[in-house]
Amino acid sequence: MDKFINVALPKGRLGEKVYEFFEKAGYECPAIKEVNRKLVFENERLGVRYFWVKPSDVAIYVERGAADIGVAGKDILLEYEPDVYELLDLKKGKCYMAVATMADFLDDTDRTLRVATKFSNIAQNYYRAKGRDIDIIHLNGSIEIAPVLGLSDVIVDIVETGSTLRENNLVVREKIVDISARLIANKANYKFKRTVIDDIVKKIGLIVENL
Amino acid sequence: MNNDAMIFKTEERAQINLRALYSSYGYSQYKMSKFEEYDLYVKNKDFLLSGDMITFTDASGKLMALKPDVTMSIIKNSTEGESLRKVFYTENVYRMPKGSRAFKEIMQVGLECIGEVDEYAVCEVLMLATKSLGCISPSWTMDVSHLGIVSGVLEYAGLGEEKEQILSLLGEKNVGGIKELCAKKGVSEEKAALVEKLATVSGNIKTVGDVVDGFAVNECAKLAVDSLKTLLNEIERTGGANVNVDFSVSSNMKYYNGIVFCGFIDGIPSSILSGGQYDNLMKRMGKSSKAIGFAVQLDLLERFEQSKKKYDFDVLVVTGDASISKINDTVSALKKEGKSVYVSKSASAFVKCASVVTVGKGE
Repeated sequence: MDKFINVALPKGRLGEKVYEFFEKAGYECPAIKEVNRKLVFENERLGVRYFWVKPSDVAIYVERGAADIGVAGKDILLEYEPDVYELLDLKKGKCYMAVATMADFLDDTDRTLRVATKFSNIAQNYYRAKGRDIDIIHLNGSIEIAPVLGLSDVIVDIVETGSTLRENNLVVREKIVDISARLIANKANYKFKRTVIDDIVKKIGLIVENL
Repeated sequence: MNNDAMIFKTEERAQINLRALYSSYGYSQYKMSKFEEYDLYVKNKDFLLSGDMITFTDASGKLMALKPDVTMSIIKNSTEGESLRKVFYTENVYRMPKGSRAFKEIMQVGLECIGEVDEYAVCEVLMLATKSLGCISPSWTMDVSHLGIVSGVLEYAGLGEEKEQILSLLGEKNVGGIKELCAKKGVSEEKAALVEKLATVSGNIKTVGDVVDGFAVNECAKLAVDSLKTLLNEIERTGGANVNVDFSVSSNMKYYNGIVFCGFIDGIPSSILSGGQYDNLMKRMGKSSKAIGFAVQLDLLERFEQSKKKYDFDVLVVTGDASISKINDTVSALKKEGKSVYVSKSASAFVKCASVVTVGKGE
């Protein structure tokens, strides 16, 4: 097998923050800070290779073994339920999953609830546990607009500061679950690269604890 | 190019080797039909890795399914009071993998040992599992867990009701999640630490033996610790050095009890072998005897090539206008050297060969 340890990082601000953890843990790769369009970066001396992928795809790269470890939001893990190890809570990118509605919304429990969301699986599981009959409307973005236009009664979405909701006259009704970035690992590759992965988990774990 | 490498794919060679291995340990092959009555699966649907099946109605109006699993058919056909029945199978099963919307044909080789399963029988099955992995690649590892230990520790920590949740957290090695759940349920720190240890401990029985001893917190766990240690020490003694204790081997306790295990090959991104003792499934299907078995998912080997194929064949023989006998002589000479040949009147664009031999003049 490849002697490199392959790390899938989510493109964007969260990924950059998380890379700093790896750097502090002694797995630096200076090339990653150069401004260019490259997606793969290696530090041959340390045997580490980083690549930027779309945040929602990190779990796929890791589950299928193209990456040994990666950083993915808990929202993605709950939505796609990939078969991976979840080794560490990085306590970054903190937010929560919530049900939000228009400020003046009155829930008519006699009707099927129309739920607009990017996270169909999470919404489905949440309402199934409550025994509520719902109609899922899967959207890929701008979820907040759905109740405003009458497309749905409620939305299930990630809330960070709540300002997008407020600007669209929406309020949080129920909190579903806390979200933060997690360090995940491919189950099979972990067996064969355990020494390095355990070392990374230990060192980053200490950094996270002392934040 | 080696002829054997050309004819057999990795998965086919593995299948032949495994059949020879199991036969040599007294397992007889069990050939079964492709279909089974749908009813068989309904009651124990979550034993199957995916609930979806290809179903159809047969001529008599019975709802049938293309086999999604072999174990349940073998159990159904086992008779009570048999001393010990050892069978192996090589079958294709049909499942919808998680997250996919299409059925897949999965090539499976496995074995089942049903009846008076004693310590030796369990040990033999474990050993055959390690040998199966060794047949496929020299770089393998196997994780073994004992559900008696997991059950015992959870009971001790007062988490009996959260079993399913904890099992899935264990499967993820999610220490943070376990901590959180224990805090929520008011589990004492010392007990919570023991549960967390279940998620983190991993290693050879020689190195983690002491940690495993620490799990013997009640009668149930103590029995399981003893049995796990005896088994793994014996496996270690007979050369299974890559076998590790790891309680993240996730299994459904509704069906499994006792030893559960799963095997990995370096270069294949998911576990290729999985199995365990499933007395609980036997009980659910109305049988009182014990049973243990495992299956190897050979279709995963499709992408596992030791060396990538560079050519379709060794020699391209371009014949042009040469006579049949001249062509035949050239081909026989090449065959004697053990080469594979592709004979064509002119250079072909369809196949790639390592070298070219021109017999006659070109067209």
